[in-house]
Amino acid sequence: MAGRTLYDKIYDAHLVAAPEGESALLYIDLHLVHEVTSPQAFDGLRLNHRTVRRPDRTLATADHNVPTDPLDVPVADPISRRQLEALDENCAEFGITLFPRGHENQGIVHVIGPELGVSQPGMTIVCGDSHTSTHGAFGALAFGIGTSEVEHVLATQTLPQSRAKTMAVTVEGSLPEGVGAKDVVLAIVGRLGTGGGAGYVIEYRGPVIESLSMEGRMTVCNMSIEAGARAGLVAPDETTFAYLRGRPGVPSGEEFDRLVDTWRELRTDPDATFDREVVIEGSALVPYMTWGTNPAHVVPVTGVVPSPDQFEDPTERANAERALDYMGLSAGVPLSDVPVDVVFIGSCTNSRIEDLRSAARVAARGRVAENVRALVVPGSHRVKKQAEAEGLDVIFKDAGFEWREPGCSMCLGMNPDQLTPGQRSASTSNRNFEGRQGRGGRTHLVSPEVAAATALVGRFATPSSLEEGR
Amino acid sequence: MNPVHIVEGRAVPLGRSDVDTDQIIPSEWLKRVERTGFGRGLFSEWRDDPDFVLNQPDYQGAVILLAGPRFGTGSSREHAVWALMDYGFSAVIAPTFGDIFRNNSSKQGLVIVQLPPDDVNYLDNLVRETPSTVIVVDVERRVVEVPATGWSRDFPLDSTLRERLLNGWDDIGLTLRHVEDIASYETSRARFTLDGVFDPRGRARSEA
Ligand code: SF4
Repeated sequence: MAGRTLYDKIYDAHLVAAPEGESALLYIDLHLVHEVTSPQAFDGLRLNHRTVRRPDRTLATADHNVPTDPLDVPVADPISRRQLEALDENCAEFGITLFPRGHENQGIVHVIGPELGVSQPGMTIVCGDSHTSTHGAFGALAFGIGTSEVEHVLATQTLPQSRAKTMAVTVEGSLPEGVGAKDVVLAIVGRLGTGGGAGYVIEYRGPVIESLSMEGRMTVCNMSIEAGARAGLVAPDETTFAYLRGRPGVPSGEEFDRLVDTWRELRTDPDATFDREVVIEGSALVPYMTWGTNPAHVVPVTGVVPSPDQFEDPTERANAERALDYMGLSAGVPLSDVPVDVVFIGSCTNSRIEDLRSAARVAARGRVAENVRALVVPGSHRVKKQAEAEGLDVIFKDAGFEWREPGCSMCLGMNPDQLTPGQRSASTSNRNFEGRQGRGGRTHLVSPEVAAATALVGRFATPSSLEEGR
Repeated sequence: MNPVHIVEGRAVPLGRSDVDTDQIIPSEWLKRVERTGFGRGLFSEWRDDPDFVLNQPDYQGAVILLAGPRFGTGSSREHAVWALMDYGFSAVIAPTFGDIFRNNSSKQGLVIVQLPPDDVNYLDNLVRETPSTVIVVDVERRVVEVPATGWSRDFPLDSTLRERLLNGWDDIGLTLRHVEDIASYETSRARFTLDGVFDPRGRARSEA
């Protein structure tokens, strides 16, 4: 038998049935639920007199809608409040563990799954959210689904799922000083384009990926969807096992060791082949940011706004022209000359403890520029607590950053944290779509370090440019 | 979902590439707990512009949307599909689509027609010149046609999905026919459980 990729191994291990002429049915180990994409699914269950098949494989949290104000401030928006209440009611009715606003385990769904240790190697994990790909950092097959599929998984704990194509993205060499996981994934998305990964599950490999922490691997897998891929994967290794050991969702002692032995099998066989292979040289990477309105519009932070003429394809060119217009930028302008209004450090891409540590190291070197509002939104209460134990909150606050309660916040602007029309942000999130952070808002995606440096300078900046006094 | 055999009617030439789901339905609309009424939110940021194609009288009542490459990339929000259908669209024709959007469409019976860019351009030009042009998407024969010009193209449609569209089958109902397979998978191979991980108040027991 020919060798199999990691993806194929997980897929095969979860096949429940492969009926003639129908899509294969895949078993789902863990279903994560949040308030936005679930109410209509629960309604569907009630309508059809169905129940949740496995509440013990379902976990819910409130994240997209929650305000990041102090917890004693009630949710002001009545429609948001109604949606949060609906989640409370649905979880109570169907017997699902829920972390509501203010709960010690509450946070962005893709932050809490890993930190609670419930996202584990070899699992299939779904959630009504496209950035479910984040959990692939553990060597799990994790992907986003729509509300009908949420209902399907609630009712059956399975999903019809045809086999995806496989892509290997290998990052060779090592990263230069000042370049991190966010830069790696921005480079990958820039290279593949927003449609380059369509139909594929990407396995990230090579020395750079292996050297990344779990937080870094999650950042990379998180943005797989930005290249159009359904999921991203990293084979589990000692870094993964060390991260998981002792977390609430995993067993302890020898039982954990036995589990680790099975996880070690989760690797692509040496003789397996991928449908597509992409190689990226790590040492050639620099700090990146986006200039336009899709996540593949990537340039170095020290670069200039590109010209639409650089795009050969007429569709891409038209898209670039519209993007420049929307972003209020002219070709050729150095990005270090472009002032920002808001800096957002948060989201399931970059709101984990390591992200906050990196940003705080930079924040400690100055004060937020006068023209800038800077927010730090930890990914979860656990992250917030840890950061406070390390004094990071004090560093941020002393430097003029706002220190908020956890949630998705300005990543998608469903809560009150939004850009106003024409405002420009440097954001550690994953999408720079038109209006994503608020109607008419202009989003530039950056790493936590670049976000912090930009907050201090008031214009796009790398930490290393701070030393040069710019 | 309702069975779909044929989608027939006029088309709107959106003429844009990379129309992500945030454009189709902005996030402020995602706070709702209902499944209906999203049509008003469709492309809502663009609809403020009186020149936007959806606002032009010629295209009112169209049932097909023509778009550029990578339509529906981005988030998993099925609300994008609900908004398109609630507005009145029954089919979208474009060169490529976001994966999750395509999947979500299949659950609701929104017909996804993937055609080469040149063919989409042909249709786009045609309906720009003559907005009253009728386009026919035939699910049964997997064909798109313009009866007025005799133009016709096959489009890819997987046979399982075709069957489901034609019959209006509910996916969950189909899956539940395999409930014994699911149960036997669960007893023999499925290991993970959250039982015992959290107490009734959601606190981690191992940290108590
Ligand atoms: S942080 Fe942003 S991308 Fe992540 S789950 Fe929340 S809204 Fe989605």
